[in-house]
Amino acid sequence: MEKFRIFTAVFALSLTALAMLLLTQLIISSLPVMETFGFRFVIESVWDPVKEVFGALPFIYGTLVTSFIALLIAVPLSIGAAVFLTQYISPKLSYVLSFLIEIIAAIPSVVIGLWGIFVLIPFIREEVGPFLIEYLGFIPVFQGPVYGPSILTGALILTIMIVPIITSMTKDAINTVPILQREGMIALGATRWEVITKVTLPYARPGIIGGVMLGLGRAIGETMAITMVIGNAPEIPASLLAPGDTLASVIANQFSEATSALHESALIELGLILFIITIVINICARLILRREVARG
Amino acid sequence: MSTKIRIKSLNGWFGEKQVLKDINLDIEENSITAIIGPSGCGKTTLIRCINRMHEVTPGARVEGSVLLDEQDIYKEDPVKVRERIGMVFQRPNPFPTMSVLENAVAGLKLKGIRNRKLLAEKAEEVIKAVGLWDEVKNELNKPGTSLSGGQQQRLCIARALAVEPEVLLMDEPASALDPVSTMRLEDLIYELKKEYTIVIVTHNMQQAARVSDYTAFLYMGELIEYSNTKELFERPKNDLTERYISGRFG
Ligand SMILES: Nc1ncnc2c1ncn2[C@@H]1O[C@H](COP(=O)(O)OP(=O)(O)O)[C@@H](O)[C@H]1O
Ligand SMILES: [Mg+2]
Repeated sequence: MEKFRIFTAVFALSLTALAMLLLTQLIISSLPVMETFGFRFVIESVWDPVKEVFGALPFIYGTLVTSFIALLIAVPLSIGAAVFLTQYISPKLSYVLSFLIEIIAAIPSVVIGLWGIFVLIPFIREEVGPFLIEYLGFIPVFQGPVYGPSILTGALILTIMIVPIITSMTKDAINTVPILQREGMIALGATRWEVITKVTLPYARPGIIGGVMLGLGRAIGETMAITMVIGNAPEIPASLLAPGDTLASVIANQFSEATSALHESALIELGLILFIITIVINICARLILRREVARG
Repeated sequence: MSTKIRIKSLNGWFGEKQVLKDINLDIEENSITAIIGPSGCGKTTLIRCINRMHEVTPGARVEGSVLLDEQDIYKEDPVKVRERIGMVFQRPNPFPTMSVLENAVAGLKLKGIRNRKLLAEKAEEVIKAVGLWDEVKNELNKPGTSLSGGQQQRLCIARALAVEPEVLLMDEPASALDPVSTMRLEDLIYELKKEYTIVIVTHNMQQAARVSDYTAFLYMGELIEYSNTKELFERPKNDLTERYISGRFG
């Protein structure tokens, strides 16, 4: 027993140590850029490896905006899908459909990227883009021209990748709602829809939030698929139909061909920023969940 | 006295298994009717057929009719039926995401009442009606699940009363409660019969004898005997009833 405890303690400590080591390594390797640019690095929007000018803002913007839009679309879609799968169809059909949705999560991200290039990009260029410009073009975020690869395209790719995660977590959360809770509301004269909105979803909320946070983490860190469709332009475009770039994507694209030591250091600092963003999201998720549990 | 509910040739199934067999039972208005019988005999199923909750269970099925004021509830909208026939469950089930006050008026909100003052007044009225007000008046904003078991069950009764039903169905409402809470609950049920028609399931015969006016004895899905409570306990006509109430089985 004692041996086992020491054994597990060693493992736990070495994992913590590994995370700390990773963080220190990232910080040490980013030091050259930190010394040269200081805080300007995160607020400067010019990224020019040739002139050795490095500002991270376009990538921070790209990462946050694509993930945010993806959540905006994926959350209602996933909750709707989970409600449909658990409340409106037979368990057998639900099993089959859930399986199909979960398969999407298992597709390698490079394959989704290929699908993005051959299907989604032309679709954005020929259908979605012109439609948005025509009907919503008065809003600056929907102004042309449309090439296909864009922030919006990236956001849609992320949406496809996180819908299965959020749907599956929401389904699990809904399935934990006790029958007695739902029957309590039915007995008061509630319709099926009222039971869902007043009992099922509120009861399942902590689990749903957990799923959303997991999806957000996945969206922020996603690299391959989004690199292939976002256009890889280090800019902060006013329009969502224009190309952009994300932290993960620029690191993957430029690291192997970094032009100088400073360039390499700048890419590592982007990695550090990405790391910090994910940690902050995780902490927020924990805080929200703790509040939810205390409340419920 | 008039008949509030008339159960006619009622049969109930779970899948292929028949659990209610040709039940015929008339329930008096403003009285307390107890349903007793050994566990698994179909008490819960029978009571759940009276507000169309039985059919909520997947695979469950009903045949026959239940007349409320001579109207067959199986020909009406179940949602409307459940507004007229409230239900209290075997285990207290307040909604954990709602406060004590919100729990009390959850059913009213379903009816579209939004006026906060009106809701607060109604909540106070029904929480007082179940004798809970003095205990919870300073905790109205806490989650409904923060109360003790007995308080939760009375809150659930308050929640059912707020909808202003005509009939109140209770499925072993005291089975999860301690003796003191049980006594208080019985007193409350006795009070409530002035305004409501009450059907209570219990496997506790003393409880049935204490609170009810009429008692129905159910055995293996069949109604064995039904009469005035005093008579059923003192002079049972059926041999099975006699054996059951004298504690020789079940
Ligand atoms: N959800 C269900 N699915 C299948 N059978 C059930 C279900 N609920 C109850 N039963 C069966 O129906 C019969 C009657 O149950 P019930 O009405 O709960 O009895 P009681 O309330 O008298 O204990 C029992 O044999 C029980 O096993
Ligand atoms: Mg029962």
